[in-house]
Amino acid sequence: MNRQTPKGIPHTTPRQSATFTQDVNSDIRRAAATGIYDIRGGGAKRKLPSFDDLLFMGASISRYPLEGYREKCETSVTIGARHAEKPIELDIPITIAGMSFGALSGPAKEALGRGASAAGTSTTTGDGGMTPEERGHSSKLVYQYLPSRYGMNPNDLRKADAIEIVVGQGAKPGGGGMLLGQKISDRVAEMRNLPKGIDQRSACRHPDWTGPDDLEIKILELREITGWKVPIYVKVAGARPYYDVTLAIKAGADAIVLDGMQGGTAATQDVFIEHVGQPTLAIIRPAVQALQDLGMHRKVQLILSGGIRSGADVAKAMALGADAVAIGTAALIALGDNDPKWEAEYNALGTTAGAYDDWHEGLDPAGITTQDPDLMARFDPIEGGRRLRNYLKVMTLEAQTIARACGKNHLHNLEPEDLVALTMEAAAMARVPLAGTDWYPGKPGTTY
Amino acid sequence: MQTIDLADSTLRALNKTLYAQSETTNQTQWEILNPKGAHAIACGLDAPIEVTVRGSTGYYCAGMNQKATVNITGSAGPGVAENMMSGKVVIDGDASQYAGATGHGGLLVIKGNASSRCGISMKGIDIVVHGNIGHMSAFMAQSGNLVVCGDAGDALGDSCYEARLFVRGKVKSLGTDCEQKEMRPEHIAILTELLAEAGSDARPEEFTRYGSARTLYNFDVDNAGAY
Repeated sequence: MNRQTPKGIPHTTPRQSATFTQDVNSDIRRAAATGIYDIRGGGAKRKLPSFDDLLFMGASISRYPLEGYREKCETSVTIGARHAEKPIELDIPITIAGMSFGALSGPAKEALGRGASAAGTSTTTGDGGMTPEERGHSSKLVYQYLPSRYGMNPNDLRKADAIEIVVGQGAKPGGGGMLLGQKISDRVAEMRNLPKGIDQRSACRHPDWTGPDDLEIKILELREITGWKVPIYVKVAGARPYYDVTLAIKAGADAIVLDGMQGGTAATQDVFIEHVGQPTLAIIRPAVQALQDLGMHRKVQLILSGGIRSGADVAKAMALGADAVAIGTAALIALGDNDPKWEAEYNALGTTAGAYDDWHEGLDPAGITTQDPDLMARFDPIEGGRRLRNYLKVMTLEAQTIARACGKNHLHNLEPEDLVALTMEAAAMARVPLAGTDWYPGKPGTTY
Repeated sequence: MQTIDLADSTLRALNKTLYAQSETTNQTQWEILNPKGAHAIACGLDAPIEVTVRGSTGYYCAGMNQKATVNITGSAGPGVAENMMSGKVVIDGDASQYAGATGHGGLLVIKGNASSRCGISMKGIDIVVHGNIGHMSAFMAQSGNLVVCGDAGDALGDSCYEARLFVRGKVKSLGTDCEQKEMRPEHIAILTELLAEAGSDARPEEFTRYGSARTLYNFDVDNAGAY
């Protein structure tokens, strides 16, 4: 049978569907073959309005810049002075976000502690308890208090420099953690009090409180157990930032950690990561508004996370009202995650450097998101710590460069008036004018 | 006997005093008066002392207890003995929600009834309830023993792991992946010891054991309806 187009009839170019794209089709085929949703690590990969859509205007005749390298631009930040006897004093406003031992190897956690300490900042535990490596190498360690309470105990609680009550995570607002069987090693199983090799799913709600009134009492209990010494943070996902921040302040939080949907996770359903939550850019101004409405801006610190990558992102977050930021995925990349030097091995796993996100499978060629002894041995925590310190220093220098250009002698002095937006969406979310205009899209009562 | 009257003292002063007791203190007997439902009473204790609260308590009494014995002569609010590590907590009355939640060790005795989610996410604690327990008890219970001398409410042991659940009376319904298990001699031995320590005269042979069916331990599309 002749399947050729009859001679003389023009050939129609094969047309891919905008609805059923190759990515969508591969998702459908994978679901049909396996019967299970796709699970992966990392944060939202879709294109979102972001800090890239904002620009600083810099100095001009009406704004006086500071001399780079000669005039000081401070970067320190104090977190948690509202109620705590010993607030956290950081040299730089870039902290390391919570990542669990279990999701990460012991040496990777050690490297995070080493790098953060060398840069004068804090690191954070995760959904797996506090390891000696991490405590030992972290000059300032924030201990996460999670719904699962894996490894939770009063002795570690009292060793912490701050406590972070995790209500939500940007990658999965309303969802609990996952750690699949490949990564439940003997040590992880023992710390979490679980059978080895099971697909572990953490609870999405705390087991012994519901709602803001209960949270206030839970904070009281934790303060009593720790003698009111250390700050208590509350971490929320970027779901309903105005109300969540308001309620966390009402409950007595010393600091708020606010995590947008670009924020990473060790393992969650792809559909959750890509379709639940709000972009980091969209959540900061409502959160700051809540702090300002309660007279708590700069008294209760706001730590923003979710896709922070550079000093420019740090400066933009702070200009919009954050007191500090937290990085997770970027820190892992600094350690060596997704490095092209492992390209052949990424290819063998069916992926490529930069796209590898099957962190839950425990096969990470870089030896970071794994519990496999051979893979872990590839990672040097001392070298990893050095790389993280360098990266944190560079981010800080970048943020200082921008702040000086805007005439600010402290990163906290950056302000929304220093910014313009490149798109209407970003202008509306960040509540800054569209570049070249005095139009604030979305602001009630303003027209252009 | 040292007495602290919460009508005259603050919660902070009370907990600071109790926490200051050392491993070798000779002031081992403490009495707290006028609790009046206050929260976080005697939480975070870490010494082999015995504290008796005369009255009823609010949230999180004896939370994260280590080594101490805490007696509550009234009833206890939500989260009593949450995340207990060791020691013993005895409640003469009833306990509200989440009693013994996430507890890692020690013994919690409730002489009355316990409300919903008793033993939620328990991680090694032993809990003995002389009366009944509410719904969703032992949800995601990881290890330890929950002994119920009365009846259990809906969805007992939903999504539980390796905890042992013993119920003498009726179970309104079992949760997902929870099933009846064989009572072997080692379980009778565990029950005998726990019942004696909890001051119950129930006979171990009257109990039925429940635990995880382990069908949800690893993802399986055939169990998708249970997730």
